[in-house]
Formats: sequence, structure tokens, C-alpha cells
Amino acid sequence: MINKLVIENLRHRWVRTLLCALVVGVQVMSILTLIGLSRGMLQDSANRAKGTGADIFLKPDTQGTFSFSSGQIDEKFEPFVAKQPHVAQALGVLITPVELITTISGVNVAPFEKMSGGFHFFAGGAPSAPDDIVVDNYYAQQHKLRVGSTVKLLNHAWRVSGIMRSGILGHLIVQLSSLQRLTGNATPPRVSEILVKLDDPARTTQTVDQLNALLKGNLRAISMTDLQSQFSVSNIPELRAFIGVITTLAVVVGFLVVFLSMYTAVIERTREIGILKALGAKPLTILDILVREAIVLAIAGCVIGILLSFASKALITGLMPSSLRVIDVPDWWPYAAAIALGGALLGAIYPGFKAARQDAIEALAYE
Amino acid sequence: MSSAQAAAPPIIRVRGLQKIYRLGDVDVPALRGVDLDVPRGEFLAVIGPSGSGKSTLFHILGGLAPPTSGEISIDGADLRRMSENERTAMRQKKIGFVFQKYNLLPTLTARDNIALAQSLAGVTAPPPGFEQILELLGIRQRLDHRPRALSGGEQQRVAIARALVNQPAILLADEPTGNLDTANSNAVLEILRDLNNRTGQTILMITHNPEAAAFADRTVAMRDGRMAAL
Ligand SMILES: Nc1ncnc2c1ncn2[C@@H]1O[C@H](COP(=O)(O)OP(=O)(O)OP(=O)(O)O)[C@@H](O)[C@H]1O
Ligand SMILES: [Mg+2]
Repeated sequence: MINKLVIENLRHRWVRTLLCALVVGVQVMSILTLIGLSRGMLQDSANRAKGTGADIFLKPDTQGTFSFSSGQIDEKFEPFVAKQPHVAQALGVLITPVELITTISGVNVAPFEKMSGGFHFFAGGAPSAPDDIVVDNYYAQQHKLRVGSTVKLLNHAWRVSGIMRSGILGHLIVQLSSLQRLTGNATPPRVSEILVKLDDPARTTQTVDQLNALLKGNLRAISMTDLQSQFSVSNIPELRAFIGVITTLAVVVGFLVVFLSMYTAVIERTREIGILKALGAKPLTILDILVREAIVLAIAGCVIGILLSFASKALITGLMPSSLRVIDVPDWWPYAAAIALGGALLGAIYPGFKAARQDAIEALAYE
Repeated sequence: MSSAQAAAPPIIRVRGLQKIYRLGDVDVPALRGVDLDVPRGEFLAVIGPSGSGKSTLFHILGGLAPPTSGEISIDGADLRRMSENERTAMRQKKIGFVFQKYNLLPTLTARDNIALAQSLAGVTAPPPGFEQILELLGIRQRLDHRPRALSGGEQQRVAIARALVNQPAILLADEPTGNLDTANSNAVLEILRDLNNRTGQTILMITHNPEAAAFADRTVAMRDGRMAAL
């Protein structure tokens, strides 16, 4: 019967109920979308790193004494690394940001194809001229590009030579020398990282140690496996902090909305609370009724939030397939639910106690 | 009143009841020493001017407010010795309240309003004979409506049904006809009269209207927080 009262109370003020659940839902959605986006982007980067076929990555050793201001590596390290034992192939790539979060990668096409196992082209082929650019299917879709189209990037007009399946290195690939020239990395030629393929991948750990010892202060080696594990939310403190902030905001907003809703409900129902008390309802029963209302609001908000997260994913993937990647995060649903529930319960506490403590006689005199 | 009733202990016995409300630094004496005996099975009307303490007396008898001093026994139990929990239990089982207006929970149907009172008392099925009470009240066909869809008289009759569903020892009705037109008012009063005749339900009713008081077995008057001559 108490449950029926709770449901009927919520139905009676259905606009308020709906709005309240919607706000909670938007909070749940923003958490789920943020997590889905973070994971999606990281997973996408991880996959593209894997797609290069490299076993080890060499990056500037920023902890070293001779760190380069540009954060780039002299290309002369490439042949040096290639000579090391068990190194089958060493390949410098230059990666430059072009749009907000999109990068363009310069590679020596033939050896890169050898290392990665080759591009998979939907149309066209590898860059054969200095102005040629290969774009992946997502970038092509988002910017409506076809083979032969022109793209303006880095103040330069590129001709699309091929459209490849996404999953290797980056969304945009050009010849290394072109990119070095355009970004002022031509003299001396510089790259941003060196990809290393081993003759025996089982020797990765040893070779990483070996290279680190050899190149200390200049370059730092990291295995593909370690790099992959870096592409996770828990390994990026800034991202974790950001998610923490958004989650806290969600709790606070959920709390405020439920608080306001419950507070007005208690005032509006002052006389009904008096009647309930006259009928023999204990203060705890009154609190119970309001807590249950808050729980229903939180659960409704969660369901709305999860549904909205699918909608926001569809929207983001539809609008910006190449720059943003969102994945579903069902493992986070319980956390999002707990966050919504936590906020709602916090919001119900004060109004609930206010109602429970309300003097029955004064409540009955209220009109 | 038969001699057997007179010999039995009264269901309500009040002696020297005082109630003082504190409003900031000011004491507002609402009851200044009330004495009252109500025999079991009586239909008693309480009249008196506004502010004379009628509602306050009812709230204390119903366990909604604690008395400041005095003796009260309800159905053999000493109200002054009761804990908050015991007073709550008394409201659930022994007392049925009917108020002047806004008596029902607006979001629930008439049936659910009645069921809620039962569920608060921890009872699941209506008592035997409750169908006849609904019949008597003339609301059997109206049970699935919400209060908004009921007339004032119907609402009040549902409230009476709700007050009776746990078979209380005492029905306390605070101006039950105060908001009703004459026809509805008379219908409700007839029902109370009839209920008292048939089931021997003890009823205390506050009213301003001498015609309404005439439906009762006996009328007492209050003035300035005390019992007064009629
Ligand atoms: N909760 C309260 N706090 C302070 N004073 C109160 C409270 N309730 C009642 N009083 C005072 O106690 C006195 C008696 O009030 P009560 O409501 O019992 O009168 P009443 O006889 O029922 O009047 P009415 O016929 O207008 O309903 C009044 O002076 C009133 O102002
Ligand atoms: Mg009154």
C-alpha cells in the first residue's frame, strides 16, 4: 500500500516527476558518455598503434638531459636502431596535430607497408606524390572525401590518393618528407617516434631494456604491450580527475534536483502528512515514503540516462566519426546507477526528516 | 442509558486535563482543567465557541498531542503513561479520526484510502461486517474514484469508512459536517446516528450547529478550555 501511495504521488505530479528523472538521466548520460568516449578514444588509439605492426616504440626521453625542445627525434637514430641485435626494422614517423584532436602522420610508405602488413584500401592507393594523402574511411565519411578530392591541412592542399580502412597509425597518412618540410622538421630531418619491429617478438622485454640502456637520455623504449596498457583511463591521471569532477557534479546536481523536488512535495503535502500521522503512521513510515519516492526517481533517471547514452553515442558517431569514438560501457551502468541513487538519497534525507518530524496538529491545521 | 452501561467503566475518563501551548515566551492555555466521562457506546456532541479548546481536547484524546497535565484513560489505558510508540499504536487501532475537510489523500482512490489505514495498522483484510458499513454509508459504488471525483458528502462518508475500518473503540469527528450543505450534512449525521444505534460505536463529535448536536445522545459544551453548562 505504501508503494502504491508512492507511485500515485509520483503520477499525480507527473511533470515534476518526469523533469526530475530527466535531469538525473542527463547526469547519468553525461557520465556514461564521458566514460564511453574516453575508453573509445583510447581503445581507438591503442588499436591504431597496434595496427603499425611495431613491437617497440621509441620516443624522446623527456626525463633525459638532452631532451629536445621540439619533442622530436633526429632521424639519424633510425639507422642506428636498425643495426641493433634482433631489430628487424626501424622506422621513423612524424606525427603532427592538425585539427583539435586529429593528427597527420608522415611515413616512408614502402617500409611502413612492409612493417604494418600494408594498408587495406577501399579505393585508390598509397601516396605516390608529395601532395598525396591517404585518409581512413571515417575521415572520408566525416569530410565527404573521395579519391581525387582536395583537403586543406597545414595550409597545404593535399590530393586524396586512397581511402583506407581505419586502424593503422592515424586517420591521415602522407609521405614523411612532405610532412617534415611543411612542419619545419626537414633540416636536420626529424621524426616524433621510431617504430621497431623485432625478428622475434618474444625478445621484446630484453630488447626494450637493451635499447633503454643504449639510448638513455635521448630515447626511451616502450613495448607495444606497455603502450597498450597506458591507453586506459586508470593510467591517465588527468582523465581520471576529470571524470571525478564530472561524477561529483552529477551527484551534486542529482542531489539538488531531488532535494528541491522532495522539499516542494513535503510542503505541498503538509496536510496529507498530518492525516497519515492521525491514521497512525510512524515518523519512520513518513521518511520511508519519501525515500522510496527518491529511489523511484533515481531508477527512472538511470533508465532514461542509459537510453540517452545510446542516443548521444549515435549522435557523436554520426557527426564526427573520425575524431570521436564512443563505446558502450555496460560495466559502468551500476556505478552510474549508484551515483544517481546516492544523489537522490542525499536529496531525500532533509525533506524526509522535515516531514517525519512535522507536528501532526500543525500539519492538520495547514491549508 | 441503561443501568448496565452506567455501571461499566467509561471508555473515556478525563480529570483535570490541562494543555498549554508555548508560543515563544507566551503560554497559551488551550485546556484549563477538563473533566469528562464518556460511557461506552455513547454518541456525544461537543459544542462551544471558536477557540474554546474542542479540537485540542480531541487531539489529546486521539494521542496526536501530549497533555500538559491531568488524567486521561482511554479504553482502560492510561494515556499519560504511554510512550510515543504506544500512542501511535493507539491511533492505528483504537481511534478513528474524521476531520472537517481535506480528509482523504488526494492521490489515492477511496478504496485505497481505506486500505492504507488498514495497512498502517498492519491489517490486510477488511473486518467482517465492513461491507454493511459501506452499504450504510452509501459509497460502495464510488470506491474506485479519487477524492476529486467525489462530492464533499461522499468524501466525508469515505473518511468515516476509513476511520471505522480498523474497528476503533472511539470515533472522533471534528466538525464532520462543517463543510457540507444541509442535505449532505443530514445524510452524514443520519449515518453516524444509525451506526451508533446498530453497532454501539462510541462517537464523539464536535459541532457548531445545535441541529447537528441534536443527533447525539448527549451534548456537552466547552468554554475557555473548560466544560461549561449548556
Ligand atoms: N498548535 C497550537 N499552538 C498554539 N496554540 C494553539 C495551537 N492549537 C490551538 N491553539 C490555541 O488553543 C486554543 C484552543 O484551540 P482549539 O483549536 O482547540 O479551539 P476549537 O474549540 O477547536 O476552535 P474552533 O471551533 O475554531 O475549531 C486557541 O486559543 C488556539 O489559538
Ligand atoms: Mg477546532
